Amino acid sequence: MTQLALVIDLNVCVGCHACVTSCKQWNTSGSAGPLEDLNPYGESPSGTFFNRVQTYEVGEFPLTETVHFPKSCLHCEDPPCVPVCPTGASYKRKEDGIVLVDYDKCIGCKYCAWACPYGARELDEGRKVMTKCTLCVDRVTSTTLPEDERKPACVMACPTSARLFGDVHDENSEVSVAIRERGGYALMPEWETKPANQYLPRKITELIDEAKL
Amino acid sequence: MKPAWSVIFLTTLCGMAQGFMLALVGADLIGGGHVTPASARIFFSGGAAICVVLTALGLFASFFHLGRPERFWRSAAMWRTSWLSREVIAVPAFLGSSSFYAWAHYSGQAYAPALGVLAAACALALWVCTAMIYACLRFIREWASAYTLVNFVLLGCASGFTLAACWAAWAAPAWVPAYLAAAYLFLIVGLLVRLLMLRRNASLKPVSTLQSAIGIKNPKIQQKSMGAMGGSFNTREFFHGKSALFIKNVRWIFLVLIFPASTMLLALAEQRVSGLLLVVALLVQYAGLLAERWFFFAQANHPQNLYYQVVS
Ligand code: SF4
Ligand code: SF4
Repeated sequence: MTQLALVIDLNVCVGCHACVTSCKQWNTSGSAGPLEDLNPYGESPSGTFFNRVQTYEVGEFPLTETVHFPKSCLHCEDPPCVPVCPTGASYKRKEDGIVLVDYDKCIGCKYCAWACPYGARELDEGRKVMTKCTLCVDRVTSTTLPEDERKPACVMACPTSARLFGDVHDENSEVSVAIRERGGYALMPEWETKPANQYLPRKITELIDEAKL
Repeated sequence: MKPAWSVIFLTTLCGMAQGFMLALVGADLIGGGHVTPASARIFFSGGAAICVVLTALGLFASFFHLGRPERFWRSAAMWRTSWLSREVIAVPAFLGSSSFYAWAHYSGQAYAPALGVLAAACALALWVCTAMIYACLRFIREWASAYTLVNFVLLGCASGFTLAACWAAWAAPAWVPAYLAAAYLFLIVGLLVRLLMLRRNASLKPVSTLQSAIGIKNPKIQQKSMGAMGGSFNTREFFHGKSALFIKNVRWIFLVLIFPASTMLLALAEQRVSGLLLVVALLVQYAGLLAERWFFFAQANHPQNLYYQVVS
């Protein structure tokens, strides 16, 4: 069984938000309808995004590291957001494990968003339906796009190749090898959601003690 | 979480109707007192009609929770997995059985009490569904316990039996003392359970931390940016946006209004034999119930909030 997923390399993400904007561009332009923005040119703009890049400071000054942390739906293998949906609008595709929302069935009750520990779902304030990362299902299953473009828009846009895409159930795929060899990990493993997306930890870099030089 | 008034009204109004139905069916089965058949007919059919109205009001309020209310009919589809779907089935079942019960008493059918038992069973089933909607979300730990169900049932019964006393004062005065006695009991046990629930929730240690959320073991992590400056659905839906003092005050308000205030008003009403005071007690108690439900939502701490600590 296939489980498509992203693997995100925290060593090389520079926090440029290219994945955020290309995701928005692709997903707001498709047949599924626009991802609405609230007050886009006003003082406090807000909008619907499938992918966000956050920034954390790790450690204590002066020994701090800045970690840029892209976050989107993790396409959990045991997704708590799916069984709670009263309409069946939220579902997990058998053929590739992508978790999707059928915008024509969703009643906008927000229960699935409550049931996702990761805050990966956002209600579209214009269309009043739940939205989330589709893993660019329309790109990755396309038969008309050039073959090397059948990847999520965020993966195409990333200038540092921090985003790997593939089948995590195929032992020999690029993503499986990366997870295996570079210590890929899941977010909040304590809730046993088995996120398909994983993260590659930073390699430990020795700090040079200047006094000893 | 951000408390949604639609759901606060849904759970409190339906809860009161469910408690009231248990009160009606209890009297219907046990009987007693000196109530003429004519006033019993008005008492039961009118009481069940009040249940129907309250539940319908709750259902009406719940529509405001939906982004696409015109598609509400789709929401019964996933009853095999979703407690919300089950609730969507239980509400009309309760409405329907209560309506039949009202009609059966009104038209003097001998099988009316049997319909009452059915309506009471629907009321119990509805409590289970409503409470499980919250209790099944295991990572919202303030909700994920049996307290959620027990609290909903006890407070629903307290308000339902208080309403029953009000209704009886008008339609079947002989039953007022028994209803009040039951209301006191539910209020006392309800207070005890609510205090235990508060104590449990205050002692919860978070299972998810910033460390497990982003998977970095360092004990010192600070968020510098959540990736959006103007907020997002995540900052609007999952934070109540009120100060700790405000939350504390709401807690005091509901504890005082539901328990000592409404209990004392009920006792005063009983002493003075005043139906009007009973209604005042019910209204004070209901205001407290609204505050209690608001607090129930506000107190729930969603793990997604770990990712949304800093606006920038
Ligand atoms: S990350 Fe959240 S929305 Fe995505 S599959 Fe997991 S639980 Fe569902
Ligand atoms: S918001 Fe839509 S997708 Fe989510 S649980 Fe409700 S109906 Fe299902």
